[in-house]
Amino acid sequence: MYYFLLFLLFLLLLLHIPMSEIFEITLLSLQVSTLATLISLLIGLPFGTWLALGNFRGRSFMLSIVNTGMALPPVVVGLVVAITLWRSGPLGGLHLIYTPIAIIIAQTIISAPVVMGLTSAALESLDPRLQQQLLGLGASRPQMIWMLWREARLPLLAALMAGFGSVISEVGASMMVGGNIKDQTRVLTTAIVLETSKGEFGNALALSALLLTLTYLINLALTLIQQKGHKK
Amino acid sequence: MKLTTRNLLLTLGMILAIALSACGPVATPTAAPATEAPTATEAPTAAPTAIPAPTNPDIILATTTSTQDSGLLDVLIPLFEAETGYKVKTIAVGSGAAITMGQEGNADVLLVHSPAAEVTFMSDGWGKDRALIMHNDFILVGPAADPAKVKGLGPSDAFKAIAAAESTFAARADKSGTSTKELGLWKKAGIDPATTKPAWYLETGQGMGATLTIASEKGAYTLTDRATFLANKDKLQLEILLEGNNALLNVYHVMTIDQAKWPNTNYDGAIAFLKFMTEPSTQEVIGKFGVDKYGQQLFIPDADKTDADLGL
Repeated sequence: MYYFLLFLLFLLLLLHIPMSEIFEITLLSLQVSTLATLISLLIGLPFGTWLALGNFRGRSFMLSIVNTGMALPPVVVGLVVAITLWRSGPLGGLHLIYTPIAIIIAQTIISAPVVMGLTSAALESLDPRLQQQLLGLGASRPQMIWMLWREARLPLLAALMAGFGSVISEVGASMMVGGNIKDQTRVLTTAIVLETSKGEFGNALALSALLLTLTYLINLALTLIQQKGHKK
Repeated sequence: MKLTTRNLLLTLGMILAIALSACGPVATPTAAPATEAPTATEAPTAAPTAIPAPTNPDIILATTTSTQDSGLLDVLIPLFEAETGYKVKTIAVGSGAAITMGQEGNADVLLVHSPAAEVTFMSDGWGKDRALIMHNDFILVGPAADPAKVKGLGPSDAFKAIAAAESTFAARADKSGTSTKELGLWKKAGIDPATTKPAWYLETGQGMGATLTIASEKGAYTLTDRATFLANKDKLQLEILLEGNNALLNVYHVMTIDQAKWPNTNYDGAIAFLKFMTEPSTQEVIGKFGVDKYGQQLFIPDADKTDADLGL
């Protein structure tokens, strides 16, 4: 593992991009995608739980919408968010277009349905008698939900990983609403597109290796947390 | 490194710490006017000439992919920012998309190379000022074997020869300046492949760099600006087959957006950019750009000339 990281560092040093710039781009990618995933978790976990446990008319319809949302094409999200945030758009006055916040908004829209859909799938796969039992033992509704979350923590962490994976790897929306502006909104995926269109395939490949390594490390950490819980 | 849980939790913790500790910079744009004011006040120290500090330092420049992919803007924008205190958001799209952004007030200033569309843009009243900045030229490139035998022909004859031989031709077809130029050349040759869509006419719908790669892989002809071709040359199996014809000039202008149409645009910033691009010192930088890397000029500065000098 150390050898691989050393190799990656060596690869990056060979590039025509200054290290400080690579660091900046990488940091922005991580910040934006981490924040978008956390916001998605805040939206997706409660809403997904409500969908899974609720018993109301139109539940199947709403689930089908959320499941479709899991397959939202990033460029469609990018286009709609861009049109909304452009100066000529309804929210143009906020001056958010071509800022990191615009990317966070778009990425949250992409990952929230993923977290939501997988959360409700995770909770629905639990034995329905567990709910009754917990309530029967005198748990309040929040306590019951907390216990269900604990019980479903493996698939819930998988939902978090899927949500993060869907945004760290996405390029269409980041390009459209961020604009790939140097020192401001350039993230790893848009930098890869730029280097490719410049014909600098070496740079593009090295940045890709960096992106994959980061994604791997984060998923590995989450997997270990997940599996640690599994052994207990 | 042993893959212990502790090590990994530590790594994750570090990544999260970095990501979240630096959340400050991500969040600052919400408070844009407040935080970016210092940039403006620093400006006078950076620029010895008496330039007033901009009140609205953000400008959006919509431009073509060629100026970004060739690396020219990476040189010019930092100079402009240091000189004036403005902060430029460069959006690199095709000339067609850039002009649309201008028409909808989504950009403050344009740097584009689509003269016919620019003239319409100005006469329709969207633009306020327009200045000639520089030119380079388009070249017709293709496989060394030259199956349609275009070498030595003029532009019209070359395009006719390609159509007659039904040799593969890679077209941008993305309303960019290059695409507009290419369609104009077909029209002059009396052929209209964009409408008839013969099998040999490939519409890539992508930027110049990607289209060159496709042309190289497919052994196709394509029309390209010289700067992008030179920047990509090492990776391409394409040769210059037609160059140096007046009909192939690739002329860049800067246009500002008329505030009468879009009061929210940053006209002061736009005019500052236009002035900067036509300044003798900037023009010198443009003229020297790329010489050390490619052994020849990529752009020829033109601010002291008129459109008529370039045959427009």
